[in-house]
Formats: sequence, structure tokens, C-alpha cells
Amino acid sequence: MKHDFLDRYSRRDSLIHRQSAGLKLTGALVVVLVTVIMPRTAWTFFGVTGLILVGLAGLSRLPALFLLRRMLTLEPVVLGVAILSLLQPGGGVIFAGILAKGTLCLFTMILLANTTPFAALLAVLRRLRCPAILVTTLALMYRYLFVLVEETERMNRARRSRTFRRQRWWEWKTLAGVIGQLFVRSTERAERIYSAMCARGWK
Amino acid sequence: MHIPDGFLDAKTAITSAVIAGGGVGVALSQVRRHLVRRKVPLLGLAAAFIFAAQMLNFPVMGGTSGHLIGGVLAAVLLGPSAAVIALTCVLVVQCFLFADGGVTALGANVLNMAVIHPVIGYGIYRLIRHRLTGQRGMIVAAAFASWCATVLAAMVCAGELAFSGTISWGLAFPAMTNVHLLIGLGEGLITALVITAIARVRPELVAESLQPTIARRSGEFVGLGLLVALGLVIFVAPFACPWPDGLEKVAERFGVKSVATMLPAPLADYQVPGLKSAVATTAIAGAIGTIMALGLALLLARILVPKQTDETRFS
Repeated sequence: MKHDFLDRYSRRDSLIHRQSAGLKLTGALVVVLVTVIMPRTAWTFFGVTGLILVGLAGLSRLPALFLLRRMLTLEPVVLGVAILSLLQPGGGVIFAGILAKGTLCLFTMILLANTTPFAALLAVLRRLRCPAILVTTLALMYRYLFVLVEETERMNRARRSRTFRRQRWWEWKTLAGVIGQLFVRSTERAERIYSAMCARGWK
Repeated sequence: MHIPDGFLDAKTAITSAVIAGGGVGVALSQVRRHLVRRKVPLLGLAAAFIFAAQMLNFPVMGGTSGHLIGGVLAAVLLGPSAAVIALTCVLVVQCFLFADGGVTALGANVLNMAVIHPVIGYGIYRLIRHRLTGQRGMIVAAAFASWCATVLAAMVCAGELAFSGTISWGLAFPAMTNVHLLIGLGEGLITALVITAIARVRPELVAESLQPTIARRSGEFVGLGLLVALGLVIFVAPFACPWPDGLEKVAERFGVKSVATMLPAPLADYQVPGLKSAVATTAIAGAIGTIMALGLALLLARILVPKQTDETRFS
């Protein structure tokens, strides 16, 4: 799958990858929770957590450049909201605090996503008695996510090679056409999947 | 509108998670009871579809681009309960797989984008469809509902940030609302265009009186609607109306100081001159914007559907 682009490192092998998904999920949730609950000025805690996370990243042998790129693509979201807090009285401390917290949690989640296959996380959810419909929907969504993204790009490429008008209105109309077509294809695919599921003895 | 980790405090995170959990619970029980078995894979595919559709960028002014949120689109195509579940799954995957939106803020994000956005949007959509039939009515309803839902979801998002004490209401409310007054226009336009495009290819997907299997049940809508109202009352009402002051007075009279400290009184606003008026200006802009959005939706329908073809294919 070409579009296995965002969690492609989750199926590698390392000390961290070999740990059970439940352990990693719990660990990540604990780190995030404690970080969020800590007061905004707990700088030593933030520093120590950051160092531990970097150590774990080293143990997981994920490419540093890849992690950095993921951080850089997601950091603007944190920064964007944090900058608003600068405009209020005493905003400097709040800004630094939530920036540190947001960055640490982001790094934790990126590590979790790239050391644990999504299917393993779903297995944990199923063991926790998460409603079956939700788990099935998540599993199907994950399975067909990359298929649909690829299909979207194929349609978009076809659209761009056939439309030469650069008017905004026209572009919006054709893009909406692409999305509409994507939905139609998704429903048709869902029908085929249902038949295939039944043929294989789905309850 | 994805809130990252670290922006919400414990009470906001827990409150929003409880309301969002209630919404997802109601939606799950509705779907479990009324969804036909052959539509189960469609839920997963619809979630993947929304995820893929969110990745397409639409050109906006000056080189920037926006993308779809898709709550109203999903609600119109699948019915409100199925839309709530599909969008929840989108947010869960975005949170755990792509670290987009925080884990502790997942409840708030689900509440804003997977419960409030589709449910409010669907309510408004049905309301307008009652009065305006035909393809024009569909376009007006879809566009206006998306606009309203986007603005309201942004307001609740601002309320959650203010409730946590991260960003004061006087700052968060104008910033979030004003931006989303514009983003909502884009959302409305895309939603209307996409629904028109689907209706052109497969009219039965849109026009079959909105999926008799899962929609059309008022009970389902009442449950979800109540939860949305609860979310609005908790996160927006304390700031938007003078209740906190009133409650504080009552609390002082009866000597119950602790109640007053629990309420998120936006006192910090008064220290910054001009912010109070910014809130008022934004509220007025919102009111005017609502009328303008409705007008634009009517105009859009007029442009997209020539008069002679209207009322013939969908009614």
C-alpha cells in the first residue's frame, strides 16, 4: 500500500515495538494525563518527561528525521491555539505552559502511533468491551482509509488533467463532484464488502 | 477546530467527555436497533470517506485553502445517529493514528465536531426542508445548516477553552466565531455542492426521504438534541448571558461562596479594555451573518438550479 504513509513504522521491530499494545496504550495515556493535570509551571517535570520520551524514541529506533517531520507538521496546531493565550493578561506563563504540555502530549501520541499497529489497539478496545459496532466501524475505516485516499488522489489527478479552467468557482464545483463520486463509490464498495462478509460467514 | 492536549483542564475535559459519551451512546443504541445489517459496512466506509474528503483542499482567497468538516454532509446522507458514529470514528483515528487532536481533549472534540455539528446541522436541515421542497430547498437547507453548525461548534469550542481558563472568553469567542463565520460559508458551499453532485448521479442516495431506516424517528433526535442543548448550556450560556452574576449574588446572599468560585466567571475580561465590546460586536456580527448566510444559501440555490428544472425531479 503506497498510502501506508502515516503509521508505516508501526510494524517494525524493536524493544518498544515488542511490548504489548495494552501496556503501551496505558503508558501513553498515563503520561498524557499526568502532563495535562500538572500545573503550568512544573518545568522540571516537563523536562524529565521530555528526556524520558526522547530516550524511548531512541530505544524504538524510529528515524529521528521522520519523528521531527511529524512533530513539525502537527506543532502549528498547538502553536496556533497557544498564541491566542498570549493576548490576555499574564498570558506569557499560560502560553509557555500549554505549549510545553501540548508538545509533550503530541510527542507521546506520535510515539504510540508509530510503535503500535492500529489493529493491536483495536484488539485492546475489544477486550475492554468497547461496543462492537464502534470497533467494527473503526476496523473497517482503518482498512479502507488508504484505499479511499488513493482513490481520491486518482480521481483528483484525472480531474486536474482534464480541467484547464482556473476559475475558483469551477474548481469548487469539480472538487465537489469528486467528493460526491467518492461517496457513491464508497456506498457501492460497502455493498460489495457486505456480500463478501456474508460469504465468509459473518455472524 | 481540533483541540490539542494541554488546553483543557480536568473539569472541562471530564464534562465534555461525559456529554459526548452520552451522545455517542444514544447514537449507538439507535443504530443497533434500527440499522439494517447490510448497512453496517457502510458506517466504516462512510467514516473513511469523510476522512478522505477532509484531505481535499479547496482554494480560498489569497493562496490559502480550507477543507470540509463533513458533519452535516454525513448527517444528511446517513442520518444523525450514523453520522455521529462515523464522525466519532474519524476523530478517534485522527487522535490515535495521526496525533491530530488530543487524547484528553477527545471528549471535547467529539462533542464539537461529531455530536453538535451533525445533530444541530441535521435539525436545521430538516426544519428548512419542511418549508422548502425541491432541489432548491435541499441546497438552501444543506448550505445554511452547515453554516450554522460550523459556527455553533466553534462557539462551543471557544466556550470549552474559556471554561478551562486557558483563553478568556473575551478573546476566544470573537476569535473563534469570526473566523468560523467565514469558514462556515465555505463549509456550506462545499456541502451543498457535494449533495447536488450526489443527487445528480444517484438521486436515491439523497432523496429517499432521508433513509427511512434510521432517520425520521423523532425519539432519536430528541435524545441527541437534548445532549447538544446540555453542551451549549454548559459551555456557552455561562458566558453569553448574565446568569453567573445572578448566581453569584444569590450565592453571596446565602453565604455560599464555594458555588461562586466554581462558576467560570469571566472576570479577567474586564481588565482588558475593548474585549467586552469585542464580544458584543461578534454577537451582532453573528446575528447579521445568520441572515446573510440564509440569503446566500437562497442565492446559491437559484444559481445552481435553473427555474424550469426545479420541482420536477425532487419533491
